[in-house]
Amino acid sequence: MNILLNGEGRETRAATLADLLAEQGFGPKVATARNGDFVPAGLRAATTLADGDRIEVVAPMQGG
Amino acid sequence: MPVFYDTTVDSALMLGTAQYPSPAILAAAFRAARAGIATVSLRREQGGGQDFWGLVQGLGARILPNTAGCHSVKEAVTTAHMARELFDTRWIKLEVIGHTDTLQPDVFALVEAARILTAEGFEVFPYCTEDLTVCGRLLDAGCQVLMPWGAPIGSGLGINNAWGLRALRAHFPDVPLVVDAGIGLPSHAAQAMEMGYDAVLLNTAVAKAGDPAGMARAMALAVEAGRAAFLADPMEPRDMAAPSTPVIGKAFLA
Repeated sequence: MNILLNGEGRETRAATLADLLAEQGFGPKVATARNGDFVPAGLRAATTLADGDRIEVVAPMQGG
Repeated sequence: MPVFYDTTVDSALMLGTAQYPSPAILAAAFRAARAGIATVSLRREQGGGQDFWGLVQGLGARILPNTAGCHSVKEAVTTAHMARELFDTRWIKLEVIGHTDTLQPDVFALVEAARILTAEGFEVFPYCTEDLTVCGRLLDAGCQVLMPWGAPIGSGLGINNAWGLRALRAHFPDVPLVVDAGIGLPSHAAQAMEMGYDAVLLNTAVAKAGDPAGMARAMALAVEAGRAAFLADPMEPRDMAAPSTPVIGKAFLA
């Protein structure tokens, strides 16, 4: 299945958002959104992915 | 010391974490500033987020995540949700940008986002203008602190509308007020504090100085001096001279 991960096209075999994070090797300190909606950490394993999903994975970053 | 949402903060200097030449210089600037609050953001994880989190935890400051770059209520609210989980805090510096060149807040969207987030238990620090009506609406929406700009973000122009900021201070004497953005020099920070503001939030003025740690220390001193001056009840300026040395008793030597 093809998704957009942080704005870039990716092919993935991950069935859920939790699987995707593990597959892509993200660190533990991230927050996630699917198709513009926040997905709490506790719901990632229950969030199944669909073709064309837009997934955002954000982390702490410098800010003013 | 400023109190935000029942939390007393150790310093009236709030410092951003962006644009420093290196992580080591960022840490040195925070040591020199002894800033009470550090602002941070959320961005797409491209490998640096985990290390940055480790650095931020060692700064000795409370974390205030922002919604920088958000242009809509939806974006800002979603970013706030992600920030609350990631940083484990109810605090959010709410930015909803309305104008690309000036980075002026979209005050209509700001009030709407503040209402939504407050209802959801967030403690909102709105980046706003000094407009009395807008600030009143933000308070109505549940905000218990206001952060009007001094000048456009990153401009270093200082206090552009001293009259407006003084009017805001006078109008809301019991609301914690922070001048956020536009500070370029310690004199600007001192000016804000002399006007009775509770804190200043700055970033670029320190990060882009030739010696960020040196400028951080200068800002800390200015904030402290400005606050002390406000508490000491400054004299009223006057247009004409008034001799400070006694006139009576002067020898007649003409």
